[in-house]
Amino acid sequence: MNIMTEKALESAVSDKMSGTPNEIIKMRGNKVGVFYGEKQALFDVDLDVRENQVTALIGPSGCGKSTFLRCLNRMNDTIDSARVTGKITLDNEDIYDKNIDVVELRARVGMVFQKPNPFPKSIYENVAYGPRIHGLAKKKSDMDHVVETSLKKAGLFNEVKDRLLEPGTGLSGGQQQRLCIARAIAVSPEVILMDEPCSALDPIATARVEELIDELRQNYTIVIVTHSMQQAARVSQRTAMFHLGYLVEEGATDKMFTNPDDKRTQDYITGRFG
Amino acid sequence: MSLMLVFALVFVIGAVAFFIGRQRAAAHDNGKVKPHSRAHYHGWWAFLLATLPALLLLAIWSIGSSVYLNSHINGQLPAQTAESAIASRTLAASLTKSLANGLRKLEPEAANNLPATFTELQPMLAARGVALAPDTQDYMIPIAVDANRTQDTMQLIGGVLVLALAVAGAVFGLSKIKVRARARNNVERLILWGLLGASTIAILTTVGIVLSMLFQSINFFERVPFFSFFFGTVWDPRFAAAGAGESAGQFGLIPLLAGTLYIALVAMLVAVPVGLMSAVYMAEYASPKVRAVVKPALELLAGIPTIVYGIFALVTLGPFLRDLSAALAGGTSFIQAQSILTAGLVMGVMLIPVVSSLSDDIITAVPRAMRDGSLGLGATRSETIRKVILPAALPGIVGAILLTASRAIGETMIVVLAAGVAANLTLNPFEAMTTITVKIVNQLTGDLEFNSPQTLVAFALGITLFFLTLIMNIFALYIVRKYREQYE
Repeated sequence: MNIMTEKALESAVSDKMSGTPNEIIKMRGNKVGVFYGEKQALFDVDLDVRENQVTALIGPSGCGKSTFLRCLNRMNDTIDSARVTGKITLDNEDIYDKNIDVVELRARVGMVFQKPNPFPKSIYENVAYGPRIHGLAKKKSDMDHVVETSLKKAGLFNEVKDRLLEPGTGLSGGQQQRLCIARAIAVSPEVILMDEPCSALDPIATARVEELIDELRQNYTIVIVTHSMQQAARVSQRTAMFHLGYLVEEGATDKMFTNPDDKRTQDYITGRFG
Repeated sequence: MSLMLVFALVFVIGAVAFFIGRQRAAAHDNGKVKPHSRAHYHGWWAFLLATLPALLLLAIWSIGSSVYLNSHINGQLPAQTAESAIASRTLAASLTKSLANGLRKLEPEAANNLPATFTELQPMLAARGVALAPDTQDYMIPIAVDANRTQDTMQLIGGVLVLALAVAGAVFGLSKIKVRARARNNVERLILWGLLGASTIAILTTVGIVLSMLFQSINFFERVPFFSFFFGTVWDPRFAAAGAGESAGQFGLIPLLAGTLYIALVAMLVAVPVGLMSAVYMAEYASPKVRAVVKPALELLAGIPTIVYGIFALVTLGPFLRDLSAALAGGTSFIQAQSILTAGLVMGVMLIPVVSSLSDDIITAVPRAMRDGSLGLGATRSETIRKVILPAALPGIVGAILLTASRAIGETMIVVLAAGVAANLTLNPFEAMTTITVKIVNQLTGDLEFNSPQTLVAFALGITLFFLTLIMNIFALYIVRKYREQYE
């Protein structure tokens, strides 16, 4: 992990002090624990996700940050041995409640994965996939509109507008990741979860995606897992530090990066471990 | 010296060379210079040098001496054999050889004073359990005795030469042992050649099979026109007595090809949907516990010999369908006991595990990221399967289906028992039809003159079938390979 200089940190933090902080709690985790079989991977995590803010989850590998992220739209349900305890709410509704339909939940809480994973379909069909299964667009023209706006929001439209019918797998890595973001946006989610969305991308594509995350904050609540301190400092308003399955501390990003309460956070962000 | 003894001795020499070589190499390692190869590699190299050239010589000598023996016997046979009951020199030579083999079974003292006539000799041989053709002539006895003597001499010379070569190889190998000698590389190279040889055998056998069928097929097409075989619509080979000239018969491929494809189609209509759905269940829904039971159970179906399926079709399913149709139609059954439907259904059941096992592998190979991507967008499991996984796996599944189809086309025992032998040309699945494989079996079993079109047609059918399945397999492999490139 790179060691950040004080100066780089400060400038990164001050960049996003301009936005007015919005303090509505969109999602709330209460004593969240996760077991994979016998092994407990996450212990009693209490974490709030604020609306229209980017919350970054940081911490060394295996600290449980991705596990926590996957709880937020119940992607852990797809792993047979996984078991979740505690309570997670979305707009004060328990998402693990029996009455909550997981399909609806995932339409509201979308997800972008570590490795770009476009379907082996055309660019158009990749974006139209979500709206189609949820029946969001009745007519062809409506669907065209949804696809176009989603691609525009993901900042990809201009690059692909002439080849919408070509396979999505033919795009470059960074374009593929933005296609996956467009695909997630197309179902109009309220929250977008991003699991190390830039780890497979080069620095230029990363910068492009980070810019996009900052723009998306206007309309969506974003939770991002990242291994890059700089990235967390650049894109997030709130940062949560995980270590060995526990939440070490959580707070405003500028405070976390300049004056953390916990020594482990300080050590981690200055590159002394992790 | 018998072949087995020489063989065993060569290996004994090899083993001795191995142990001495290993010991010597170990003794060379004085700790100053790092040896290039570990001691046992030197041992193996000495072993290989002792055995391989010797065995090669043994093989060449054995073949050479039998060739020499043949020409030796032939040279001694009287020039004129036509006056006897024996038709040709070849037959005379082979009678002499079996006589010579028979003489070896006699007691030593009986062998030393042989009677001069075959009539006296025959009961002696019969008492030792040797039955000889009555055509055997008196003049063959001295030739046979001489042949045996020559053979013994040849074997002795050969054995001594082979053993000498083995010892020489061992000594040479042992003399080469030095600290920095590259025994490991030598052994590895020989292993490579061994492996290459093994893979070549399979390819050469295939080529041999094709060539043998090809020559007999050419033989067939000299008697029956190409066009009337491939485009003839009547199959009526007319089993006539050997030598009767007018009984050419009609060898139309079309009814057999139609039957083959029709039955395969019915089988695929059963196997593909069921197999595919069970593959989807096992790959996507089954819990590990269920999968651990169901998958082996399903694959057990693939292990049942096809003749057993055939019996099931013949004695159980066929009569059942006939009786069922009789009950439905009120008296007269419209499904024959041997029918396309019966054969197709049973063959379809046989093919289910093939489809499901291949498709299961292909579906499992679709990356988890695809599933996550779709589920993360709020798609249900079945939507994910229908809209993402199956389309992604489709080329592979098509390949699997083609491979299965070529099995269906080549399947023999089920159709022999369940589809019947009548070469009809019909579209009614309740009637009997027959396939190429059934007719190959029919034409080759029974007392037919080999050199007649009735028999030779089997080879033409065989090569047609071979190319039919070959083309399907190549096409299937092409599709599967193209699909693989997508994820790697």
